[in-house]
Amino acid sequence: MSTPLVVSEVRKSFTMHLRGGLVLPVVDNVSFSLKAGECAVLGGPSGVGKSSILKMLYGNYAIDAGQILIEHAGGFVDLATASPRAVIDIRRATLGYVSQFLRTLPRVAAIDVVAEPLIARGEAAETARDKAAELLSRLNLPEALWRLPPATFSGGEQQRVNIARGFITDHRILLLDEPTASLDAVNRAVVVEMIEARKQAGTALLGIFHDDDVRARVADRIIDVSAFSARKDAAA
Amino acid sequence: MTAEQPLLKVSNLSRFYGGRIGCLDVSFDLWPGEVLAIVGESGSGKTTLLNCVSSRLQAQAGRVEYRMRDGRLRALSDMGEAERRFLMRTDWGFVHQNPADGLRMTVSAGANVGERLMAVGARHYGHIRETAVDWLQRVEINTDRVDDPPRAFSGGMRQRLQIARNLVTAPRLVFMDEPTGGLDVSVQARLLDLLRGLVSDLGLAVILVTHDLAVARLLSHRMMVMKDGRVIEAGLTDRVLDDPREPYTQLLVSSILQV
Repeated sequence: MSTPLVVSEVRKSFTMHLRGGLVLPVVDNVSFSLKAGECAVLGGPSGVGKSSILKMLYGNYAIDAGQILIEHAGGFVDLATASPRAVIDIRRATLGYVSQFLRTLPRVAAIDVVAEPLIARGEAAETARDKAAELLSRLNLPEALWRLPPATFSGGEQQRVNIARGFITDHRILLLDEPTASLDAVNRAVVVEMIEARKQAGTALLGIFHDDDVRARVADRIIDVSAFSARKDAAA
Repeated sequence: MTAEQPLLKVSNLSRFYGGRIGCLDVSFDLWPGEVLAIVGESGSGKTTLLNCVSSRLQAQAGRVEYRMRDGRLRALSDMGEAERRFLMRTDWGFVHQNPADGLRMTVSAGANVGERLMAVGARHYGHIRETAVDWLQRVEINTDRVDDPPRAFSGGMRQRLQIARNLVTAPRLVFMDEPTGGLDVSVQARLLDLLRGLVSDLGLAVILVTHDLAVARLLSHRMMVMKDGRVIEAGLTDRVLDDPREPYTQLLVSSILQV
């Protein structure tokens, strides 16, 4: 079985120049890998660095040391040293991310927000919209909302738009930052089914789930982030 | 990754105003379809850099090379004035902050758009008008305004007309200097959305100067932060905004008002 993501010896700290150069260590020596078809869950108490790890893996946070190897376009690319242009290409083709909050764009309809990643990969707009509609209806988003920009949607409605956007493509690696946090039980169950389908299809998933029930149902294993936390050293 | 090559190569570009630095030793490549934001506060050198790259201003050191439609990379300094002007009128666009700087305020909206077309050799009146009307629609200007001069337009409409005038010749590279500056927030949102759609539909490469980090986040892939004429930080837009490394970038990002 292939291993599309290998993280080795990653270290991350923040230097707060506006606070006199205060250094906040986040994590150190983060090493794990992710196999195709498995869902690993980042575990540990809040503030331990789980979201930070996802942001590093997606390229939003730079890292101080280590490697983030991603299987992309027939080889492995180190995301930590890749050019911005390469990171964008990796995000388009290989690496998906469902963030906790939707960054809304003025005037863009929910259905187009969802369809966009597929269109960016060269799919015809009409086909992409059909697929977006299918996902939104599966996630029980009322059809009356599809043509509206999601800025005014409730938290749960925005989150479902975000999930649909993340699941519309067949990215080989998918990062999930609390995708079920503001969903009701019915929609949580839909998301669990969608995650299971992606595992069957061979996607490697890495997520943060605070909901014990969801975590128990999707997780193949837990990666304990406390083991990597650099903050306990800082306190000592 | 494809075998694409950069559209624009900027190497060690410098410009001084007397003893003062305008921009110093700036180098970057721009690829087809890529949107690069240049951010920094007033006086940081971003407009100087934009003007030097677009050869509206003469740089005193360094080199700007552009890949012509035939695939050859040419140094702009090796081109004659006429060739450079032709490039600027056809394959490049320049969207000014003040639409009056990029439009002819006394001729009709249709003529403003048609004029750029004539620069690339269009002569058939019916065809020029048809294309102009089509572009006015794409930038959401009512076609019954085609014969009105931009003087009779609101600020947002003027800016959209300026964009149509620039894009009608299907340029591959567009320079934008604070394109949403000075507009009401609601007008700005509409313009941003329009620009975003056009840039991705047409696969435009854009160099965007803005002091508004939210605009940069929405439109750009990559970002350069300037201070005192120098590029102090550069990278993926998300990375620069979510994890700024340099003290000055941290100050800029922490100064954004939350709503």
